[in-house]
Amino acid sequence: MSKVRVLVGTRKGAFILTSDGKRESWEVSGPFFTGWEVYHLKGSPADPNRIYASQTSGWFGQVIQRSSDGGKTWETPGGGITMSGPMPKGESNKFVYDTSAESGKPLTTHQFYDGTQHPWEFKRVWHLEPSLDDPDAVYAGVEDAALFLSTDGAHSWKELSGLRGHGTGPKWQPGAGGMCLHTILLDQKNRGRIYIAISAAGAFRSDDTGKTWRPINRGLKSQYIPDPTAEVGHCVHHIAMHPSRPDVLFMQKHWDVMRSDDGGDSWQEVSGNLPTDFGFVIDVHAHEPETIYVVPIKSDSEHFPLEGKLRVYRSRSGGNEWEALTKGLPQRDCYVNVLRDAMAVDALDKCGVYFGTTGGQVYASADAGDSWSPIVRDLPPVVSVEVQTLP
Amino acid sequence: MIRVILPAHLRTLAHVEGEVELEIQGQATQRSVLDALEARYPVLRGTIRDQVTQKRRPFLRFFACSEDLSHEPPDAALPDAVISGAEPFLIIGAIAGG
Repeated sequence: MSKVRVLVGTRKGAFILTSDGKRESWEVSGPFFTGWEVYHLKGSPADPNRIYASQTSGWFGQVIQRSSDGGKTWETPGGGITMSGPMPKGESNKFVYDTSAESGKPLTTHQFYDGTQHPWEFKRVWHLEPSLDDPDAVYAGVEDAALFLSTDGAHSWKELSGLRGHGTGPKWQPGAGGMCLHTILLDQKNRGRIYIAISAAGAFRSDDTGKTWRPINRGLKSQYIPDPTAEVGHCVHHIAMHPSRPDVLFMQKHWDVMRSDDGGDSWQEVSGNLPTDFGFVIDVHAHEPETIYVVPIKSDSEHFPLEGKLRVYRSRSGGNEWEALTKGLPQRDCYVNVLRDAMAVDALDKCGVYFGTTGGQVYASADAGDSWSPIVRDLPPVVSVEVQTLP
Repeated sequence: MIRVILPAHLRTLAHVEGEVELEIQGQATQRSVLDALEARYPVLRGTIRDQVTQKRRPFLRFFACSEDLSHEPPDAALPDAVISGAEPFLIIGAIAGG
C-alpha cells in the first residue's frame, strides 16, 4: 500500500508525519534541528529518501541539512567532523553572491524600503527545489532574492546570477517578510524552463535552465505600488502549477488570485466570488488540473481568516467560481495564518490536501478537501508543508 | 591549549559536549582560534563569522576573563589566562527572541 510522508518546517524545528494510504493514523517524528527555524524541507522526485532542509537562525545563520534515508538521519553536506588532515570543504551553508564582471551588471544593489539602493546581503534559504532527475542537484531560493544551484548534494552552491543581472534587479524591493525568492517551479515537459517568484519583485521565467531570465508580470495590477502595472515590483506570494500542464500557472498575489495560460506571458484575475482575495498559499489538485485551492486571509494588515472561520476555498473551474470547504476546520475564534509554502497535495487516487498554520496545526484532507482533520495541533508555528507520496 | 565554550545550539550542530579544546599554532588570537575551531568542525563555518567578510555575526559576542572581547581586533592576542587554558574563550549568543 502507498504511504504518505508530510515534511513540516516550523519556527522551532522540523517534523515528519507519516501514514499509510488511508491517511487516518499518523506517526509523528521530530523535532529535528530543535530550536532553529526550518523554512523548508523537500524530497527529491528522483530519490524520495533524499530530503533537503533549510535550517536557519538569526544568531547563527544558515545551515543546509540533507537526509539520504527519508529523514531518519541527517548530515550537513561537507560539514562533517575532521580531527586532522587538510581542511575539508565544508560549504553546505556558503551562499556567495556572484559579483563577477562576466556575469553582467548591476548585480550589487536593490531598492530598500525607503527607496534608496541597498547592497544584496544573504540572510537565509526560503525554498529548496530538488531537481526532477538528479538527487544531488537542488535549487535554493534565498533572501535577499537570488537563485542558487548545487549539483553535489548541497555541498557547494553557485548563484544563477542571470536572474539578478538581467536588468530589473535595482527595482526589486523587500516585502514585509524580506526580499525573498520563495517559489521555484521546474517544468517537467520543457526541461529548460524554470519559473520563480520574489516578494516584492514578481514572477520571472527562464527558458535556458536558469542562464537568462525575464519578468512575466503582464496583467498583474498592484494598487500599493507607484505604477500598479509596472514590469516588476509586485508582491507575488506563491505560484502553483500542475505538472501535466506547465504552461498554466496559478498565483496568489498579495491581493488577487491570478491565472496564466501562456507560461506567465499574461495573467488574468480569477478571484471571482472569494470573500477576500488576500492570502499566501495556492495549490493544484494532483489529478484535476483545473481544481485549485486557496486559503483567503482577511487583509494585508490582518493576517487571519475572515470572521475567525478557517476556510479553504476550492475552485473546480480553474478560478472565478469558488466553494468554501469547512468540514472539520474551526469555524469560530480562529485567528491563525497559513504561510505561502504551507500547503501541499499528495498523489494518491483520492487526492490528499494538507496545510499548516501559524497556530501549529497541520490539517489533512483525504478527500480532496471535502473534509479535514488535524494530524497534529500543537506544533510551533508552521512555515512550510511538503508531501511525498511513496510506493 | 585553548578552551572554547560554544552556545548550546552550536554544540548540538557540531555534535560536541562540554568545552572544545584546541591546539593553536602560533599566536592565539580570535582569528586563529576560530580558524582552528572551523577547521575541526566545518559545520560551524558561517555560524560564528560571516563566510565572506569573516566578521562576527551580529547576535554573537566573545568573552573571556569577565571581559567583552567582541570588539577587539581579530588579530589581537588573547589574554594570558586563555592562552594558558586557565580561562575559557566564550562564544555567547545575545539573549533575545523566544
